[in-house]
Amino acid sequence: MTSDNQVLLRMDKINKSFPGVQALKDVDFEVRRGEIHALVGENGAGKTTLMRVLSGAAPPDSGSIYWNGEPVSIPDPAAAQALGISMIYQELTLIPYLDLGQNIYLGREPAAKAPNFIDWQRLYRMAQEQLARVGLEVDPRTLVAELPIAQRQMVEVAKALSLDASLLVMDEPTSALTEHEVETLFERMRELKAQGVSIVFISHRLEEVFRIADRVTVLRDGQLVGSAPISDLTEDDVVRMMVGRELKSYHAKEVAPIGDEVLRVEDLSRGDVVRGVSFSLRKGEILGVAGLVGAGRTELSETIFGVHPATGGRILIDGRPVEIHSPAQAIELGMGFVPEDRKAQGLFLRLSVAFNIVTVALKSLTTLGLIRPNAARNLARTFVERLAIRTPSLEQRVRNLSGGNQQKVVIARWLTLEPKILILDEPTRGIDVGAKAEIYALMSDLAKRGVGILMISSELPEVLGVSDRILVMREGRIVAEINDPRGATQDDIMRAAAGGANGGGSAIQA
Amino acid sequence: MSTVSAALGSLRRMDWRSFFQKYGLVISFLLLCGALTALSDRFLTVSNITNILRQSTINGIISVGMTVVILTRGIDLSVGSVLALSAVVMADALKAGWATGPAVALGLALGGLMGLISGLLITQLRVPPFIATLGMMTFARGAALTYTQGRPITGLGDEFRFLGTGFIGPVPMPIVLAAIVFGLGYVILNHTRFGRYVYGLGANEEAARLSGIPVKAYVSVVYAIAGALSALAGVILIARLNSAQPVAGKGFEFDAIAAVVVGGTSFEGGEGTLWGTLLGVLIIAVLNNGLNLLNVPSFYQQVVKGAVIALALLIHRAIR
Repeated sequence: MTSDNQVLLRMDKINKSFPGVQALKDVDFEVRRGEIHALVGENGAGKTTLMRVLSGAAPPDSGSIYWNGEPVSIPDPAAAQALGISMIYQELTLIPYLDLGQNIYLGREPAAKAPNFIDWQRLYRMAQEQLARVGLEVDPRTLVAELPIAQRQMVEVAKALSLDASLLVMDEPTSALTEHEVETLFERMRELKAQGVSIVFISHRLEEVFRIADRVTVLRDGQLVGSAPISDLTEDDVVRMMVGRELKSYHAKEVAPIGDEVLRVEDLSRGDVVRGVSFSLRKGEILGVAGLVGAGRTELSETIFGVHPATGGRILIDGRPVEIHSPAQAIELGMGFVPEDRKAQGLFLRLSVAFNIVTVALKSLTTLGLIRPNAARNLARTFVERLAIRTPSLEQRVRNLSGGNQQKVVIARWLTLEPKILILDEPTRGIDVGAKAEIYALMSDLAKRGVGILMISSELPEVLGVSDRILVMREGRIVAEINDPRGATQDDIMRAAAGGANGGGSAIQA
Repeated sequence: MSTVSAALGSLRRMDWRSFFQKYGLVISFLLLCGALTALSDRFLTVSNITNILRQSTINGIISVGMTVVILTRGIDLSVGSVLALSAVVMADALKAGWATGPAVALGLALGGLMGLISGLLITQLRVPPFIATLGMMTFARGAALTYTQGRPITGLGDEFRFLGTGFIGPVPMPIVLAAIVFGLGYVILNHTRFGRYVYGLGANEEAARLSGIPVKAYVSVVYAIAGALSALAGVILIARLNSAQPVAGKGFEFDAIAAVVVGGTSFEGGEGTLWGTLLGVLIIAVLNNGLNLLNVPSFYQQVVKGAVIALALLIHRAIR
């Protein structure tokens, strides 16, 4: 098909396992010279692991890597750098209070004539050239901290290029960028491509993949699903390859009778991150909240839950206005909140599964100031069984559980209180497909029992498949409401979320 | 029968790592005691053991407070100074004719208040614990020196001195007090919501907040407890010496931190036990005692102690 000298990188039958999971199974991956190659897959599909193998951060258990047709081994990041492979991580690695030039040449500053002194003039001149290559017309003596995020990303790219990188790996480079910045980034990427640089582009935004990539490789559950020129595929093809089954059957919310209004939010505001939001949630309803990162969805849920105080508007539960100034008050009123980042905000990683489950129920398990140990253990055991949490024992540290089981522990914590309202922020982020299906089934079951569920999600198939109704947020406001998710498409949501053409599909009421 | 075979099965499956994790500290302690028994025939005698226990009560009581503080991911450098301040105020009250009960209550309340101030600095003004308690350390020491004009207050009365020198049955009073503190501390940490939430907020403050745990109030109370326990340790100290010195308790914070850390409590918060702290206190006390029995010069004693603490930490890290 292609002559070999077009192929820059070939990874052959790569295997990598971590304790308890086979992260990569016989994965083949090929990048050609001067192409932009999108690597896509659901969370946990193995994209990041594959790139960690490539960059030497996680050497493979088996498999071969060929660079320009020669077999190579990449035992550590230095070896990857020597070959010309550079990673640009989601979290930027620049030092904020050094200037651009110092950042770009950190650790390899050009030497002056006197030993151990730095030739600053040469350093800044070289830095200027590298910055120009990525289209940044800024003084290399500017501090990194003074640049907006989008430009910092280009500094990273400049740094990578200064290392003579011929393959750049960009992991979700657009997640923190505005639409305009994304377009600028894409222009630079096309210029680099014209200079013969190859780019691996990881993104979960398929629309972007189709805009920029020449080829796409899809991974699922650690295995290669396929690799093809982008022009041969449609977005639907790629989604099907990523998910591996028909979406409708996979999400499958059972129809639950929808009851009375349980939560009503009127004109709720917090500073300029939540602006005049009104909606209502009913018993047995799953209300999806979609929107781009930074649209104010998490901020909205945190305001409702009392994490940050509202600056205006009011909240009614069961028709009665309530004051919520702290999570404790929200809990008292029958709310539960599963936060976005389960490790940083949800779990007590060093503590036992049992403690993590009974955390908020301890009050009811206490007699005369002392916790009844058997009651606590039984409650924990009940929920481990009910949610099928896979753990060797109740005393197991929650850190040692898989992502899906960890998430079930966080959800179980709130179920111990039998909440009326459950707020789930990205409930399936970073967990495997099987556990996802279990969480969806659990949500469906809770809805059937009359719990009102507010679900924030960035995964559009999930929002469409699980919700009874969808709110779309942009810039702190609700910009659209979709009453019939089954009749809506991802495009309908994206158009509203990105604020392009107003309204759109028939299912949308703007 | 089945339980026996199950126990045997788990013995066979038991790996050394988890064994040492659980019992490493006890084994080290027993090895140390065994070695000293072999080296000195004065070590394993009732009077020497009682002596060791009595000497470890002050550090023990302070270490209980320090354990709770470190479980919240904090540190308290002010314990020695708070001890001195509450000791001189208590002694002055006694000299002014206060009865033992009210004087002790005054001392504990003052210690608790000093701790509470540190706690509020940390929770309300977001001053890092190291800095807040460093400030309190200097402040309380200065207050103690100012209050006494640098002079010790002596002659505290027999009734009060009973707390440091008396016996209940054959057991010295300080040991009784320390046992009560450890016992209460154990129950509170393991069997009350407050205790479990201390572990929780130490392990993940954000998750604790989102679970409705009153993090700020609890952390403030934790420092108040540490302050009150420092004052209680001060009671024993001045009752034994019959004298309250404004410079008392210098360096006590380091003994307590050493005991807590040797006992396996993690500076990362949320991990550690009072049982471990008790062993840490005893290991340090036995080490002090043994080095004295073996007539090791005092300068060398410090070197040996430091080395042992470092070694304990290395071993702890290696088996984790």
